[in-house]
Amino acid sequence: MKSIRFPLVTAITKAATGISGFDEITGGGLPRGRTALLLGGPGSGKTIFALQFLVNGAEHYREPGIFVSFEESADRILANAEGLGWNLAKLRRKKLYFMDAQPMPDLIQSGDFDLNGMCAALDAKVTEIGARRIAFDAIDVVLDRLPDAAAKRREVYRLHEWLLRRELTGVITSKSDGTELGTSSLTGQERVGFMQFMVDCAVVLNQSVVQGVSQRNLRVMKYRGSGFDENESPFVIGRHGLEVAGARASGRVDIHVTSERVSSGVERLDTMLGGGYYRGACVLISGFPGTAKTTLSGAFVEAACRRAERTMFVSFASDGTEVIRNLTSVGIRLDRYVRGGCLHMVSARTIFGSAEVFLARIKTLAKEHKIRCLVIDPVSTLSKSGNEVTAQSVVERLIDWSKADGITLVCTSLLGEVSAESTSPLQISKIADTWIHLNYLVQAGERNRGLSVVKSRGTAHSNQVRELILSDAGVTLTDAYTAGGEVLMGTLRWEKESADRVTTEVNEVAGNLKRILLDAEAAELEVRAKSLQVEIEAKEVEKKLLARATASHKGEMSKGRTRLEELRGADAPVPGRK
Amino acid sequence: MSRSALFKFRLYVAGDTPNSALAIANLRAFCRAQLTDRHSIDIVNVFQEPTRALADNILMTPTLIKLAPPPVRRIVGTLSQVQPIFHALGLGTDLP
Repeated sequence: MKSIRFPLVTAITKAATGISGFDEITGGGLPRGRTALLLGGPGSGKTIFALQFLVNGAEHYREPGIFVSFEESADRILANAEGLGWNLAKLRRKKLYFMDAQPMPDLIQSGDFDLNGMCAALDAKVTEIGARRIAFDAIDVVLDRLPDAAAKRREVYRLHEWLLRRELTGVITSKSDGTELGTSSLTGQERVGFMQFMVDCAVVLNQSVVQGVSQRNLRVMKYRGSGFDENESPFVIGRHGLEVAGARASGRVDIHVTSERVSSGVERLDTMLGGGYYRGACVLISGFPGTAKTTLSGAFVEAACRRAERTMFVSFASDGTEVIRNLTSVGIRLDRYVRGGCLHMVSARTIFGSAEVFLARIKTLAKEHKIRCLVIDPVSTLSKSGNEVTAQSVVERLIDWSKADGITLVCTSLLGEVSAESTSPLQISKIADTWIHLNYLVQAGERNRGLSVVKSRGTAHSNQVRELILSDAGVTLTDAYTAGGEVLMGTLRWEKESADRVTTEVNEVAGNLKRILLDAEAAELEVRAKSLQVEIEAKEVEKKLLARATASHKGEMSKGRTRLEELRGADAPVPGRK
Repeated sequence: MSRSALFKFRLYVAGDTPNSALAIANLRAFCRAQLTDRHSIDIVNVFQEPTRALADNILMTPTLIKLAPPPVRRIVGTLSQVQPIFHALGLGTDLP
């Protein structure tokens, strides 16, 4: 089943504006062959929108266009466009025509008039360059010269009819100061009111200032025969024109999910996470000031650069060179990667304006630098200075965008001393894939850094709090010593560990001693066994000797007796007796 | 201003649309009354000659251009109000 938001009704065909984000919220752009009305106050970006629509049409969609300017001279508009990086000189010859339609200041008026002259002149030009798109900028200027409401209405309808007849995709811009769209101003109603009903599409641009920060919004008010995103979408006027936010629905579609891992730059942390962060994941490192958030993200940057992946480090807290110097003290050397062009340091303090502007700027820089890894330190700064309302959605879109582009994003987030571990500002923790929390453990007069993985989607991860140790050799993690339900760190851990070492040594020595003693006893027994054996042998020999001695004695004895008897001659020898 | 100077006019009209028809009639009447025998009128139909309209930057019709005597002046509208015409042509505004 597909997403519900994706298949917008597309019964009428659309002309893509090429304005990033706008085509997504309208499901393809402005109504082709019909008229769209752009309303907005001064400086709301109407002219840029109209111009961008034409420039993109001419450059990317093979649709030449005509720009009719009632308010500014063509030269001034061209100069402004150069500032946005659009090369109009090239397009101007064949694909883009500028008509100066400013009423001359010394123009004398006598009675009623109509816009037939313009239509006829444009007719000729449309045929000549094969125009498909046309923009009328600040139509209100010319309408104000018409004597009455009926004449205004007549001329707008004339223009509308002409556009339809020529099948041009038209954009008409008109001033309105917000209130006119509602109820109050009568002249506003006369000028704009009926145009809203006449056109097929109406878009309102507005600019408001919240706590000194400019916020721009765009809203599609009506779009005949098409579905559209009805909510206000923030937009910025960036270096390359308008960029409309809120293109999330389509951005989600082609996210390339990978199970590739990228190193966090700390070996043991990789192990804790089962191999590192996922590529394209969003990692949140939260913690109080001074808990080594920057250092941990610096380690990630170094690892990325070592893999020769282009990386961008956006720092709100301090200047890029300061960050590099500070990281050098913990053995993370980034300066060579900056020189090599692999790492791009951005000091975000130079980016002024709203969170939206910041996001647009980051995107532009990321595109220019073709990055694969991005660090924002700290992302919580975005919610400051009048951006509380928008920052949340900006961060969500930042994450969506980085995911869609397969960029591995590491954000640090500052926690105030009061806020509990569970609440991170901006609620990033909910959408982040991996959340690493850094904390202090104050014990025995020491403050030690503890690291724990709060969550890591799709990864088995260690449940243990580890001690984070910074030294000039780099960043390492050590097992915290847990004893009696208490986590020991720093000196306490060291003491506990050395006590353990002594015990082990004593045990070892004692064991050795015992073994030697036993050996000695065994040796003694062996010796005794041997001497006994010898004794036994001696006894045997003795026994044999004894036997032999007895036998010879007996023989001697009987021999002797016989001899004696012989000598005595008393008895005759007895045969058979011995 | 010399009373004998020749006034050269070019009037851009949009065919026979009401505003344009009115402008032609008004211009002719004005010239007959105020510039007797010292005017020439060139009427250009923008529907037939759009490139001329483009070249002269004609957006609103009818538009009257006074080519001579200098300076060149443009008057937009049906020419129903006479006061601005006198002013534009540098003629005295003392009407009978």
